[in-house]
Order: sequence, then structure tokens, then C-alpha cells
Amino acid sequence: MKICCLVKEVPDAAVQKRIDPSTKRMDRSGEKNLNPFDTHGIEAAMQIREGGKAPVEEIVSVTMGPESAVRALHKAVALGADRSIHLTDPALAGSDVCATGYALAKALESEQPDLVLLGQQSDDGECYTIGAVVADHLKMPSLTQVIKIEVADGKLVCERQAEYGYDTVEVALPAVISVGDAINEPRYPSLKAIMGAKKKPLETYATGDVGIDSGEVGEAGSKTQVLAINPPPEKEAGEIIEDEDTNETVEKIVAWLDERKLI
Amino acid sequence: MPGILVYALHDDEGDFNKNSLGAISEAAKLAGELGADAAAVVVGDVADDACAGLGAYGATKVYRAKAAPEGLAQPIVDVMAKVITDNGFSYALFGGGLLGFEIGAGLTARLNAGVTMEVTEVKVADGKLVAERPVLQDSAVVDVGYVGEPGIIIGRLNAFDVSEGDGGSAELVDVEVELSEWSTKATMVTRGEQRGEDVNIEDADILVGGGRGLGEADNFKLAEDLAGALGGAVAATRAVVDAGWYPYAAQIGQTGKTVAPKLYLAAGISGAIQHKVGMQSSDNILAINKDPNAPIFEFADLGVVGDLHKILPKLTEAVKAKKGG
Repeated sequence: MKICCLVKEVPDAAVQKRIDPSTKRMDRSGEKNLNPFDTHGIEAAMQIREGGKAPVEEIVSVTMGPESAVRALHKAVALGADRSIHLTDPALAGSDVCATGYALAKALESEQPDLVLLGQQSDDGECYTIGAVVADHLKMPSLTQVIKIEVADGKLVCERQAEYGYDTVEVALPAVISVGDAINEPRYPSLKAIMGAKKKPLETYATGDVGIDSGEVGEAGSKTQVLAINPPPEKEAGEIIEDEDTNETVEKIVAWLDERKLI
Repeated sequence: MPGILVYALHDDEGDFNKNSLGAISEAAKLAGELGADAAAVVVGDVADDACAGLGAYGATKVYRAKAAPEGLAQPIVDVMAKVITDNGFSYALFGGGLLGFEIGAGLTARLNAGVTMEVTEVKVADGKLVAERPVLQDSAVVDVGYVGEPGIIIGRLNAFDVSEGDGGSAELVDVEVELSEWSTKATMVTRGEQRGEDVNIEDADILVGGGRGLGEADNFKLAEDLAGALGGAVAATRAVVDAGWYPYAAQIGQTGKTVAPKLYLAAGISGAIQHKVGMQSSDNILAINKDPNAPIFEFADLGVVGDLHKILPKLTEAVKAKKGG
């Protein structure tokens, strides 16, 4: 079985994120990291491989993004992927969810994976949606926010939490599965794996290499338009206490509760 | 004139989801401004009366696909894509929740349509809908417009208020939809399994919420002791429920409960959007977290940066002493 893991480079969580007012796009400069949710996807792929219920020939990490996104692929490979695909083209810049899903599906089509794994959300924006967009383009079944996967004879038995409690769902392969962070604890890459990551095969594709219609991607191909960026509704800032002396802190909390008649 | 189509999620008893009813109410209001109609889609064998009853929230028509299964997204994508295409709907609206995200995303691919998610408000400008979406941990709000039709709007949980009017009953239209081959490849084995004991958090005036910052399941004792002293109940984040530390019935947020107690005391909770949407209407929010950058401090009324393992036991004792004295 061949597993493709979709990964994304996102601004480091500790770094202040902002939108560039001139382009109305996310300012993606500054410190970057592999989307932490995607590390759970790679770990899930590794556990399927190590679980031995279905032989996994290859784990391929796939990303779309500017040149710098190659670092996310290096991290993915350090975590266990065998090789990488980097879809990068100036024509892709400014793609919305609809265009991004289409482009990623095209890149995946060329790989013919049995399973596509990704994190349930990206740290910086496109919450929950990309997996389902990609799946429909690939004409594959899909399930998102999965917290348990068992491999059994050409299918997966998945669990996830939905509106009314936990659902157990059987999904025939090939399939697209987005995973929640409760599914596993991603391992730390070994120093050797980090050092060796840059030597693993990496293919770089432009839109034309995987049959992407460039009119359907980028800002021109997007079906949504950011019309304005506004500050959030004003909210009075709360009071912050640093706990230096716990007895004092607790006294302050009790006084605060008391003032509000909560005790 | 067709305008906005809303997916009405229901449980196995045929009871509609509150967020879906909110989305229908919102669609009816917007459709009024657009000079169009709001309609709903129901999948599964829901009773005629129940479907027609969605008229009370403002749906003029209800499209019912009796044979399609409820609970998994892709068959519903098939149904909605057909209803939208056959009837020329301009927008699809979802009231949030996991299925809304999945169906909306599937429709995006199927109909080559623009999508906006986590939408908190929708407005009408120049005869079109514009979706307001908070981004970057709610530090900015973007206005998103659509190029072409349909436009897909996925609301944030609790974004749309339920408003029951005198809309009368909706016209019920049964639709036959042939499911895509890949839509039949995922099948529900069990739906809506409850894990852990049944606890009631929705009626409590005071809630102590526990998150990953508690460190381990046993440390929920600290939250329970404090809740006991305050006369409240204990709630939990999805992360700790998925990890099996606390019962599902106590979970707040996206796929859990929505609460608005007099006091919400968040212990070791980072305050991710998925949790925030379930508790942000609380009268008073007090957060204790060791990470000064935790998003919860952005919307807490009182934030305490510190080690909850040190603070909670002393706070419990102090509350007991205060009450006793």
C-alpha cells in the first residue's frame, strides 16, 4: 500500500501572525514550521506501516507552497516519510480552498495512493476542509477528525467524535482521512533522520507537470475574494495575574470571585 | 425564487440540531433581504410533519431524500449538489459542526464553488451575500465575497440564533438522488456512541473546565474538588475526552455542549477556537494556565499565569474557608 501524507508549512505558533493589508493574503514570512496537526498524519502512516496488518511500500509527503515549503517536507521525511513531492508554481499563489484542493488532488492523482492522510486542520487557516475537497476530486471516500484507525482487509475501521457522540465508520480503500490530534503522540525524529532528510528523494512539480489547469488556481482561479480586513469587535481586556506567591494569587482570585458574588 | 439552501442535521430520532435550526432562521432572514427563498435539505426517513415544521424557522420548501443515509457527508453532498443544480440555488448555508464542514467542503469540489468557514456573520451587499470570518485566532475579521455561484457558507458553532416565527409549514418535496459510487464506500457501523458516564453540565451556574494542562486523568480530582467547593460541576475539552480522561457528556465545544454559566473557570485549557465557541458566552471567565501565550488569556476576564497544580488545591481550601466563614 502507498500512503501519501499531505503536509503544510505554517507560521510558527509562537510568532505573531498577520494579514498583509496590500495583498489581503496571510503574511507567510517569518518563522515557519510543519503544521503540527500534519505530524499526527505522518505518525498514523508510520503506525500503519509498523502495525504490519497491511504492507506499506511507501510513505510520500506532499505539499503545495512556495520554495520555502521544502522545509516542511524535510521535517516530514525526518519523521518517517520515504520521499517527497513539492508542488510549487507562482500560478498557485493566492489559491483559495477550492483551488488548493483541486491542485493537491491533481498532484495526488499522479501518485495513485491507496490512502491519503492529513491533519484535521492547519494551524493558520483552512480549518477542517481540505481533506474533503481533495477526496471529492479524487472520487474517494473520506472522513475527517479521525482519532482511531484500524486497517483490515482493503478497508479502514475509523472512529471519530461527531455531533451526537462517537461514530465508528468503515471506509473502503483508497480513501482520504484527516486525523485529529488525539490519534497518536508523534515521535521525535532522531538526529540521524534529521541529518539524512535532505538526501531523501524530492520531486518538484509545476502546475503543468501534473495537468493542473492554471486558470483554475491562484487568485484568478479562486471562487472567493477577500473584500476587507477589519479589527475584531472590541472587548475589554481582562486582568492578568502572574503567580509569584501562590497564597497572594489565591487571595486575589477569591476577592475577584467575591466581588462578582460567585462565592 | 430559490436562494439559500440549508442542511438540516438530525439525530437518529429525527430531532433537528439546534445549529441547523439557527442556520435556517439566518437563511430566511437573508433570503428576505435578497428577495429570495430559504429552503432546507433533510436526508433519511424523517416524518412529514417534522420536515414541514421547519417552516416555523422560515424554510419555504424542504427537500427530503428519504433513501440517503444521514450521518456521513458524501451521500449528502450528492443530494445537495443535485438540489442546488436542479433548482438554481445561489448559496448553501451550514450551521457549523463537523458534518457541515465536510459537506460544505465536498460541495466546493463538486460544484467548483467558493467556500468560507468559521463564519460568524453574514450580510447582504449589492444583492449578494458577504461572509464575515474571524481569522488568526480571532485577531482580525475578513469579509469574504463569492465569485460566481453557488457560494458556500459554513457557520461557526452558535453563530446563528434560532428564531421561531409564524412561517407556517414548509412545502415538502421528495427527491430521488443516485449516490456517487465513492459516496457508498464509507458506511456507518455505530453512530453517536456515548463514552463515560452521563453528567449534566448545562444546568450548572459554575463550571470548572479541565484541559490537557491538568497533565493526567487523575488530576481531574483537582478540578472536581474545586467545583465541589464552589458548588458547580466539571466540564472538559475535547482533547482530554478523546484521551479518555473524562466523559464525553462533559465536553464543551464544537462537537460537544454549549454552555453559558455565571462562572467558567478554565484550568489548563489553551482556549482553541473549537472550545471557545462552546463557552464564550459565560458571564465570567477565569483562566489558569502556565503558558502566558495561551489564547484563552485573550478572552478571559481574569487570567492567572501559573501552575494549576499549586493554585487549585489552595484555591479550593480558600473557597471552603470563605464559605465556612
